[in-house]
Amino acid sequence: MNQTSKILSTYSADAFGVASALFELGGMVIIHDASGCNSTYTTHDEPRWYDMDSMLFVSAISEIEAIMGDDEKLIFDIVTEAKRFHPKFIAIAGTPIPAMTGFDSESVAARIEKETGIPSFGFPTTGMKTYISGADMALSSIARRFARKDFRPGRDHRVNILGCTPLDFSTNGQVESICRLLTENGWIVNCTFAMNTSLKEVEELGKGDVNLVVSATGRQTALFLEKTLGIPYLEAVPYGKKFSTTVLQALEELYAGETKVILRHSSSSDCENIIIGEEVSSLSLALSLECETGKEFRVLCPTNEGPLLQTNDVYTPYEDDIIKSLSNAKTVISDPIYRNILTEKVHLVDWPHEAYSGRIYRKYIPNLIGDILYISEKL
Amino acid sequence: MLRKVNGYEVTIDSVPISQITFPGPFRAGLEFSSPARGTWNIAHQGMLIPEAHEIFVCAASCLRGVVLTAYEMRAEKRFSTVAVEEKNLIEGNMEDLIIEGVSDILQKLPKMPPCVLVYTSCVHHFCGCDLDMVYRELSKRFPDVDFTDCYMNPIMRKSGRTPDQIMRSRFYSLLKKRPIRPGSVAFVGNDFPMQKDSTLYQLLSQAHIPIYELTSCRTYSEYQDMAEAEYYIVDYPAAKVGGEDLQERLGGKLLYLPFSFTYGEIKENIIKLSEVLPITLPDFNAEEQECNDALDHAYSIIGDIPIAIDYTAFTRPLGLASLLLEHGFQVKRVYADSFIEEERPVYKALCRTHPELEIWPTLSAQMRFAADHSKSDYLCIGQKAAHFNGAPHFVNLVENGGWHGYQAINSLCDAMIDAYQNEKDIRELISRKAWRCESCI
Repeated sequence: MNQTSKILSTYSADAFGVASALFELGGMVIIHDASGCNSTYTTHDEPRWYDMDSMLFVSAISEIEAIMGDDEKLIFDIVTEAKRFHPKFIAIAGTPIPAMTGFDSESVAARIEKETGIPSFGFPTTGMKTYISGADMALSSIARRFARKDFRPGRDHRVNILGCTPLDFSTNGQVESICRLLTENGWIVNCTFAMNTSLKEVEELGKGDVNLVVSATGRQTALFLEKTLGIPYLEAVPYGKKFSTTVLQALEELYAGETKVILRHSSSSDCENIIIGEEVSSLSLALSLECETGKEFRVLCPTNEGPLLQTNDVYTPYEDDIIKSLSNAKTVISDPIYRNILTEKVHLVDWPHEAYSGRIYRKYIPNLIGDILYISEKL
Repeated sequence: MLRKVNGYEVTIDSVPISQITFPGPFRAGLEFSSPARGTWNIAHQGMLIPEAHEIFVCAASCLRGVVLTAYEMRAEKRFSTVAVEEKNLIEGNMEDLIIEGVSDILQKLPKMPPCVLVYTSCVHHFCGCDLDMVYRELSKRFPDVDFTDCYMNPIMRKSGRTPDQIMRSRFYSLLKKRPIRPGSVAFVGNDFPMQKDSTLYQLLSQAHIPIYELTSCRTYSEYQDMAEAEYYIVDYPAAKVGGEDLQERLGGKLLYLPFSFTYGEIKENIIKLSEVLPITLPDFNAEEQECNDALDHAYSIIGDIPIAIDYTAFTRPLGLASLLLEHGFQVKRVYADSFIEEERPVYKALCRTHPELEIWPTLSAQMRFAADHSKSDYLCIGQKAAHFNGAPHFVNLVENGGWHGYQAINSLCDAMIDAYQNEKDIRELISRKAWRCESCI
């Protein structure tokens, strides 16, 4: 039955995607929820919680406030703390109860902005979708509001990296490795949106000549920048040596004037090698392993139904469908939690994903940028 | 204290005890979540019932915390989920979703569990889900399985019984009425065992009184044996309503012997116990003297270093502050977002004797910036106090630690001396969920 999980975990939710995407930008993020969402997010999904004093709060809505539709208390509470802490922006992310009561997050944000003069956002998250939709919405909204439109690509080999959150890249140096790879190959990294970056750098997103989208959470931002400023984008994570070269070449093509480059992998319907994970990173890993080992991989993407998925790839968030999709698998590369649904005959290569198993395998998350030996030698 | 936030200086405030409103010292507003994770949650607690299988029916955002709790405590094989999606709210088929979802999971389990805890959430409450019908149907479909209704609905925390009170009651709702075994007791509502050296346990075991305890049950059958108890001993305030429910349903009697640091109340508890059970009364003066000696000894070692206490360590943080202050310790700070009514007399006394005692919130938004990551000289009792004060010298314990009576005071003195003499890794210890529970972290 769809929607049931006998044993599998659940991916981080949309509201947490908002929080993760905006964590480092100096804003104040409020998850509009009774309680619990804040500790869930900060315990399992936010490796920066202990070290960075980011303003992430929960509204602590009560039964009576929900029944009476009392948004005034929420507005008062947010305005009070905003006046005290001077955030650079304010973001409200909804959860199941606000979704049920018809909470109008955008109108409330507009009221708050009027009262404080601080740019404010209302995100209609419901707590029922994955982090991809929340983070994608949050990043693109920030870009729309703050990225200056008066820039035109400066032709000085600048690249933005879009879609960086610890949910997909943890804090083990992967984002830094992508920057290093690009820098060593003649690129100026303009902005890593949104890790190790500032709102000032976000304002200057338009200086980028090309965008490298490293997860589906950066897609809407890329589309926005393409549409408004004509910046072309490539969706890929430069895993492994050979595929990194492919990614760098594709970026050069875009820089040289190509408007669209899509890196696609190929696999047959009876392919017995499967990668489970987020769309862009899984497809990049499939391509990288194809380059390095000559083996084909299909992708099973439980997080989002993205355009990069090919005919033989699968999108499904449901345990039963996932089990069915793995019925002929001989090798699976995935978060270790998926071990629970694999038969003993299947060879599992661990590829922990913070958005799935949280902090449990955090210390084992590999940095595959420029080198996928960690995976390939286990195949 | 002053903290720099986005380039502005922000004052982080406490309130002197003499100026607080009791029992809720602080206005409810935006809330912060401290990284101290030692307290137990409802997923941990349900796993105390041997052989039980937990099924949470919630939205993804609510499921994530509990499913990863189950994995972290290596209990994932006893844990399943039914994800509520937007279409269920629109279509109004929540009852079907629970019935079919739970049925689907049970049919897939390698072995049918003897009992299933079905946790519904805030959305079920708000959409008027007919839970009575749901459980009737589930019991009809699976007559050999005991179902109980559990709840993850924090939105109800200010409406009547708190979620904590409700859940500490629900975990005993599966007990089936049996003939009472005269003279036996059950400890009800605790997350970890009553320590064998606790005053309460000692008095009962010396009198050879049969003791039942959820935390020591190894099978569902042993769990059911608890229904034989004549007396339900509750020492944790939030568990009192659970004891009352049992009294009404199974016919035993509630003995509420609240955890306390006050000699008078400890003595009162023991006398209350002796009125119904054949225990031998201790020499109260000697016991108190032993505690006083332990406190004086601890003070002779610890001296005048500042002390902070938080409410997660003990249900009576003000009672503890009062006891320590009476023995010369320099208690400066108490962290608590609210107090239980039972603390009112101590609160009033402290207002007179130590009006400057600082009361700090833990949930208030300002606490985001309160943590001192440089090592402070505070000795802390409790994980939250340790976090906020950056204090590697701390007593790591939650929810009274299974201690009780005079033993609690003596053991605390030992723990304080140990904390004073030895540093702990704050981050490492407080990040683990559920103190004393198995953890892969």
